[in-house]
Amino acid sequence: MSEILRVENVSRRFGGLLALDRAALTVTEGQIVALVGPNGAGKTTLFSIVTGFLKPTDGRVFYRGAEITGMPPHLLARRGIARTFQIAQPFAGLTVRENIAVGAHLSRPARADALAAAEDVAQAVGLTPALDRPAASLTVAGRKRLELARALAIEPQLLLLDEVLAGLNPSELRDMVPVIRAIAQRGITILMIEHVMQAVMSLAEGVFVLAEGRIIAHGAPREIAADPRVIEAYLGHGAAERMRQHG
Amino acid sequence: MKSYASIAAVVALLACVPLLTASNVALNFMVVALLIALVGQGWNVLGGYGGQYSFGHAAFFGTGAYVTAILQVHYGLNAWLGLVIGIAAGALIGAITGALSFRSGLRGSYFALVTLAFAEVLRIVASVAPITGAGVGTLIKLDLRWETFQFQSRAPFYWIILAFVAASLVLVKLMEGSRFGAYLVAVRENEDAAKAVGIDVLRVKLAAMTLSAAITAAGGCFYAQYFLFLDAGIAYGPWISVEALLAPIIGGIGTVYGPLLGALVVKTLGEVTKLATGDAPGLDLVIYGCVLILVVAFAPQGIAGLLRRRA
Ligand SMILES: Nc1ncnc2c1ncn2[C@@H]1O[C@H](COP(=O)(O)OP(=O)(O)OP(=O)(O)O)[C@@H](O)[C@H]1O
Ligand SMILES: [Mg+2]
Repeated sequence: MSEILRVENVSRRFGGLLALDRAALTVTEGQIVALVGPNGAGKTTLFSIVTGFLKPTDGRVFYRGAEITGMPPHLLARRGIARTFQIAQPFAGLTVRENIAVGAHLSRPARADALAAAEDVAQAVGLTPALDRPAASLTVAGRKRLELARALAIEPQLLLLDEVLAGLNPSELRDMVPVIRAIAQRGITILMIEHVMQAVMSLAEGVFVLAEGRIIAHGAPREIAADPRVIEAYLGHGAAERMRQHG
Repeated sequence: MKSYASIAAVVALLACVPLLTASNVALNFMVVALLIALVGQGWNVLGGYGGQYSFGHAAFFGTGAYVTAILQVHYGLNAWLGLVIGIAAGALIGAITGALSFRSGLRGSYFALVTLAFAEVLRIVASVAPITGAGVGTLIKLDLRWETFQFQSRAPFYWIILAFVAASLVLVKLMEGSRFGAYLVAVRENEDAAKAVGIDVLRVKLAAMTLSAAITAAGGCFYAQYFLFLDAGIAYGPWISVEALLAPIIGGIGTVYGPLLGALVVKTLGEVTKLATGDAPGLDLVIYGCVLILVVAFAPQGIAGLLRRRA
């Protein structure tokens, strides 16, 4: 199994705030890897650096062994790196079909081909009934699906999902988890930011934990859930100790 | 295919106008309306489809007009050749102003202000430069021949500007159905999302501005041949920047027929106002302003949007 993404000691400063502090991670091709961590840990910032939307203050990013640090987003997308946005960014004035077709155009110059491909992608994420609705009229769950569909439409090799499960109700969650699993089964490597632990447990093969800009732990989902450092990062200093005492 | 048939039908209908009336006043009215439709279609490509609102399309109109005129007056070039070079020069100015403003990341009202500033700089330069005739203006020598793009009657002018408008309608329709058109609209709707799916936002904007400027410059070239006189205020004045955006906004922004519909409505309103008030200076602008407010408030998709809602 070869390594598809490597983030090497990436730091990013926003004025006085060090949002990322020498964060490092690697993703193996074909896997689903989760990136978890408390609010404000720097997860989205890391995604933005990998996808070229932000430049790191320091550190380097490699994709399939080649350095991509600081490359513009559209070139990275053309190389096969797709992302979704935590706050959905639809082409609001367009229909769902047109939204997805914009992504499909990357490898399909003809409009008819892109529109046809959009239908297939919509099918894969369960958006078929909404194809002709304006993107602006979608619910939160619908918008998450559209984010996913548009990213898939560029036929990526590495897919970065920023909280596509957040804000979904339990039944929507049950629908989405298999969709993500099916995407991975098509051979697309997935790095996902996720707060929904139940989904991380069932989907991810590896987990990286980011807290205050640093990767504080990584391993299999079971190990991570039991790691005192991780519990402390979420619940505060001394939490692991207290949990043990109270059984 | 159906939409190209509808363009053909509209153009064929309009082509009959000179057969129905020989009135110079009526034909002149139609020529000017179609000229504004063409200039407005240029604006529509960048503003309507690309969401980049320019307030300085006079820069392209004036460049087309001056290049056509100066090449004939000072260099004895054929007028038709002047037309081609005028369009190319307008496109070049579009590419340059686009590169300068988009590269520095200007958007929204900043972009509008910078385009206005470019047009104003060109106006001031044209009003002092010897080659434009400075304060006196440029007069193209009267020489009524087909080869010189000058005609005795209005009808040939009418058909030529109609052909330009027809070409612009087809061009914009083609664009709508192309990948470039889809990318341009995507950039208008959400730049970050566009980048994430592999769109080179800067390049798309530049291409749109170049095309937009070329179409508007064609209007400027035609203006020079039709009126045979230019000065800085005509060629680079704010009046044409206003007409260029008024027609598509009133007719239907980001639609194929918007600029044509809008130009006909705006020009008709202007004439009615003139008849009613006896040409009080500036009153037409007041009327335009009122119409613009009504459209923005009640029909953000313009007349084309209202028609579509009915259908
Ligand atoms: N453009 C920016 N300018 C200034 N500060 C920023 C910017 N983007 C993020 N930050 C700050 O950097 C820190 C990390 O933000 P980031 O969005 O990466 O966190 P996150 O882990 O994705 O959190 P969440 O779970 O809430 O989405 C936060 O403190 C945030 O306020
Ligand atoms: Mg985030």
